[in-house]
Amino acid sequence: MNLLAILGLLSSAVFSGTSLLYAALGEVIGQRAGIVNLGLEGIMLVSASVGFGVTVVTGNPYLGVAASAAAGGLTNLLFGYLVITRRANQLASGLATMFLGFGLSALIGRPYVAARIQGLPRFSLPGLSGLPALSRSQFEFDALIYLALPMAALIWWALFHTRWGLGLRAVGEHPDAAFASGRDPGWIRYQAVVLGGVLSGLAAAHLSIAWTMTWAEYMTAGRGFIAVALVIFSKWHPLRAVAGALLFGGAVAFQLLLQAIGLNVSPFLLDTLPYGLTLLVLILWGGTRRHAAPAGLGRVYQGAEQ
Amino acid sequence: MARASPDGLRWMRLLGGLARSVVVFAVALILFGLILVAAGKDPVRAILETLRSTLGTGYGLSEVLVKMTPLLLTAVAVALPSRLGLINVGGEGQLYMGACFGTWVALSFPPWPAGLLLPSMLAMGMLGGGLWALLPAWLRARGLVNETITTLLMNYVAPSIATFLIYGPWRSPFNSMYPQTVDFVEAARLPTLFDTRVHVGLIAALALVALYGFVMRATRWGVEIRAIGGNPQAARRCGIPVPSYIVAALCLGGAAAGLAGIVEVAGLHGRLRPGFSPGFGYMGFLISWLSFGNPIGMVVMSFVAAVISLGGDVLQIKQGLPYAVVNILLALTLYVVLARPSLPRRRGA
Repeated sequence: MNLLAILGLLSSAVFSGTSLLYAALGEVIGQRAGIVNLGLEGIMLVSASVGFGVTVVTGNPYLGVAASAAAGGLTNLLFGYLVITRRANQLASGLATMFLGFGLSALIGRPYVAARIQGLPRFSLPGLSGLPALSRSQFEFDALIYLALPMAALIWWALFHTRWGLGLRAVGEHPDAAFASGRDPGWIRYQAVVLGGVLSGLAAAHLSIAWTMTWAEYMTAGRGFIAVALVIFSKWHPLRAVAGALLFGGAVAFQLLLQAIGLNVSPFLLDTLPYGLTLLVLILWGGTRRHAAPAGLGRVYQGAEQ
Repeated sequence: MARASPDGLRWMRLLGGLARSVVVFAVALILFGLILVAAGKDPVRAILETLRSTLGTGYGLSEVLVKMTPLLLTAVAVALPSRLGLINVGGEGQLYMGACFGTWVALSFPPWPAGLLLPSMLAMGMLGGGLWALLPAWLRARGLVNETITTLLMNYVAPSIATFLIYGPWRSPFNSMYPQTVDFVEAARLPTLFDTRVHVGLIAALALVALYGFVMRATRWGVEIRAIGGNPQAARRCGIPVPSYIVAALCLGGAAAGLAGIVEVAGLHGRLRPGFSPGFGYMGFLISWLSFGNPIGMVVMSFVAAVISLGGDVLQIKQGLPYAVVNILLALTLYVVLARPSLPRRRGA
């Protein structure tokens, strides 16, 4: 294994981890407001198909990213209507959203299955002109990657250092108390759900428009669920989610690398590596970090009249 | 509650439930039709074509029964844990694991007589599905991790293991075109009924649904399971061993899904292929939720879901729509149910 292979591993870890990070950030916001969204997988699929389709039709990847984010927000609004206005069970509503995403994305993406696009433009990191061209090419990233860390910081700041974030976290811990202090839990939860949807849309956009540059049915392959697991791993904290996303991105990249160097292990078994790692992380961290979870997580807020 | 009420009232309630289901389904169908219109397809023609090719002919009807067999079993796999307040979304993975375990028996001991081989295959299939649910069950019983996310993640592992086995040690040397195992010997095939593709798995599945209904209604286990589902704290204080019930219910659910896998392989295909399940495990989840775990409702919903699933094939062949589109209709039905707070609601985990 030479330096170039290691650089390549790091580079593909960043590419693979970025979509996980955006999705996990969206889920952090939702869960901080007390809403578990298992529909992330479906939201991402719908966004990925819409974003890819718009990119094919307009030829502009940035429009595709915007469309993907909008699709994510709108689809998640549907989930929000169920769990906030209709007060439905969050886990079941999330799974219903997952099924809707399976079907809707297949329908939307159908005409674009074999389409080719110009992906999101990549720019090299500044200050690397001294490196040989081949190594430098490992440091060419797209705008969504460059924006990922500032986004995590922004969400951390908004959640923990603004009145808005205080209100959102209050709703997640204790909606009744938040209501008593003059906040509207339903409205705040809607904001969290739409923001979470937009971030999942960006995650999906990075997956389909920037990284793989294709559309295929079920292309997210469980990334939405891995993102939910990442939220538990990161103790519902946006900055810790960065480390988690890189770790999981690294697992995916490592698996690709093992395949590339022709290790004598079936690629089908290597495919299971990220899921196995996620399960391991859940086993190791799931119980001990429970106290970090928002107290009102998953509870249906019955409204003030009760 | 239902036990205390007179029979007439129970039938009224059942009919009311069926009427509500029809309304729910009609609303979902209209929404689905609107989506088809938006996709530039003719929804009325799609529905008519589906009905004609499924319920219109004897062959179509028999195909519905074939599709219905694994769905009944995966519905039980979700319904049993759900009575405890557990959400098992791992039916798909448990189904593949059951198929693998059962196939191992069929490939390893072909000289055995059918009377020994088939029961061993089915038992191993159930063992495989049950074991695949053991980790999520144990984690949940210890209060470590919610079973929803773990069962979901394990769905992505089991099919890969099956594919690995099929491409690797189990690959048939006789068929290089399609990766699959060798054909099972005749003794490893479930007998079919009336010259159709319907096999005795259907009878076994119906019997299992009936058994599930009986256990829930009329045995101590069922009462205790429903007690835990109603109020785990109170159940614990009454001395019910809640963690043991959690592990048992999830693993038995997994066993039902595993049985679905091996029954599908031994009854219909006669060999293990990658991707042989078009999401039976996921559909079982929807069936169980849409019928609120009621055994009669599960049979009805499995039938409906089988028609919808075959409708997906029709849409794919005749209108060029992806098969996954059937998920939209099923998801919309669940949406309508979830959006109606007046219906009995399940407790989440």
